Amino acid sequence: MNRGDKPTKSGFGEGLLEAGKQFPGVFCIAADITTSVGCNFFADAFPDRLISLGIAEQNCVGVAAGLALEGKIPVFATYAVFAALRAADQIRVSVCYNNLHVVIGGAHAGVSVGPDGATHQALEDIGIMRVLPNMTVLSPCDATQARLAVLAAVGQCRGPVYIRYGREAMPDFTFSKAGFSIGRADMLREGSNLTIIATGHMVWEALLAADLLEAEGISARVLNMHTIKPIDREAIIRAARETGAIVTAEEHQVNCGLGSAVAEVVVTHLPVPMAFVGMPDRFGESGAPRQLMEKYGLTAAEIAEAGRRIVKVAR
Amino acid sequence: MQQERTADPVKLQQIAHAIRRSVITSLMEAGSGHLGGSLGLTDVFTTLYFSVLNHAPGFPRWPGRDRLVLSVGHVAPVLYATLAHAGYFSVDELNTLRKQGSRMQGHPGRDHGLPGLELSAGSLGQGLSVAVGMAIAAKSDMKDHRVFCVLGDGELQEGSVWEAAMAAAHHKLDNIIAVVDRNGLQIDGKTEDVMKLEPLGDKWAAFGWRVLHCDGNDIPQLLDAFDRAAKVRVKPTVIIARTMMGKGVRSIENNHLWHGKAPSAEQAKVFLEELENN
Repeated sequence: MNRGDKPTKSGFGEGLLEAGKQFPGVFCIAADITTSVGCNFFADAFPDRLISLGIAEQNCVGVAAGLALEGKIPVFATYAVFAALRAADQIRVSVCYNNLHVVIGGAHAGVSVGPDGATHQALEDIGIMRVLPNMTVLSPCDATQARLAVLAAVGQCRGPVYIRYGREAMPDFTFSKAGFSIGRADMLREGSNLTIIATGHMVWEALLAADLLEAEGISARVLNMHTIKPIDREAIIRAARETGAIVTAEEHQVNCGLGSAVAEVVVTHLPVPMAFVGMPDRFGESGAPRQLMEKYGLTAAEIAEAGRRIVKVAR
Repeated sequence: MQQERTADPVKLQQIAHAIRRSVITSLMEAGSGHLGGSLGLTDVFTTLYFSVLNHAPGFPRWPGRDRLVLSVGHVAPVLYATLAHAGYFSVDELNTLRKQGSRMQGHPGRDHGLPGLELSAGSLGQGLSVAVGMAIAAKSDMKDHRVFCVLGDGELQEGSVWEAAMAAAHHKLDNIIAVVDRNGLQIDGKTEDVMKLEPLGDKWAAFGWRVLHCDGNDIPQLLDAFDRAAKVRVKPTVIIARTMMGKGVRSIENNHLWHGKAPSAEQAKVFLEELENN
């Protein structure tokens, strides 16, 4: 149930503040957009642990690696497009090859960024991050879970972690007490005819889609795949075995994202019909967030339609 | 526990000579790798590891050690040879360079377990940023060890180096000492033909660094430069060390074609003789 709309960015910021209180080794690296990516709470509380490095993402990642080598826990948050693309080589070599505990926050993920347009809408970051050895990739579904994701990334991980989050206020519907278990999908709804595996903002849409399908007598299981890597193989194989069809939903290119990660498991272990809801290999554009989600088919209606199709194939 | 240090140039020259022999031999055994730059930097590495750095080969992770970040990863052979001669591991192991299962990867890789290696590196332009992070951590913890970073001159064409240079000066990291291997050559030829770097000292100075120049193949000059760098406060220091690619082996000195080559067994024999007669 939606307790009110809230950006995952706020959850990230709250989580970072809490992590800063719990762990004196947490440092936040700022690339000029401290408030915009949710790091302002931390910056206000711990000015001595905020390192301002300006608009220089490649350097930010390298500095984070240096801090991690010295036992600190650096958190570097910037727009996901810049984190995942501008600084990709630094993340690959300085962070992942050295296997360092660096937390990278990818803000403004997805077309729901809205009016800023294609340059600022990260739709490729999951693909880039999940292909890097040693990297853990988290994609929380709402503000509450984003907060828990930061605490898990700081407190539980020992290697590099990427956390993807968005800007637009979206339904906040999960509960803190549910916890955040890296690598274990949350089953939000039981179902028997198909499974919708969703991540990020699309999890809420998946729940709405399951309602639409239920009204037509189709029973949809909904998995919140908040960890893209390491992916929950067991939950995916179980979904394939018990429901016989899978729809994935993500605010990301259909190429190389969650859908691809799920398909890798499905075709290896138990092939079943699949459908992919996501950005169809193209750039976004300016517009109101909801308008854009609708234009590119990132909605409950589209997921439900994919569900109907796939259930027919499975039968 | 700590490495015994010497400021005796004659002794240091003898060590450098032995390291050069190891560089040539290990590259010959490997069959590939970067000879020119490794020989050019041998005096810098010898001076650092046997005179300047505070470190403990028997205790590589000693928290009080000075850090050395090798940004220009392809000269790994001279780092490996120096670490071996300093006692981090046996000199015999140098013959595994670049071979499968070796702790000495073609470019430094920490996860292969070689003691004394601070950073996996090889993609140019990244090391100085890491050094900045290490230096900020040291300042934050009020530790007084220093962070040295060795960069190639061609590497300075990477924009990220200048992002790091800006950050080091902005954060007043006087615990950083960068050394630029100014041999003037890169794979395609002279740096000034490929992409002009001069006036290089002015560039660093404009970015807020204290700039020192020296002959990077002259050990007394290197000792003096590191001495002067130690006294700099509030600013990071860069030593622009003019070196000669292939230094010590007359027939390949200053020849950019030896940037990324290893000698055959026959060539190695000739090079070692040239080294003796140098």
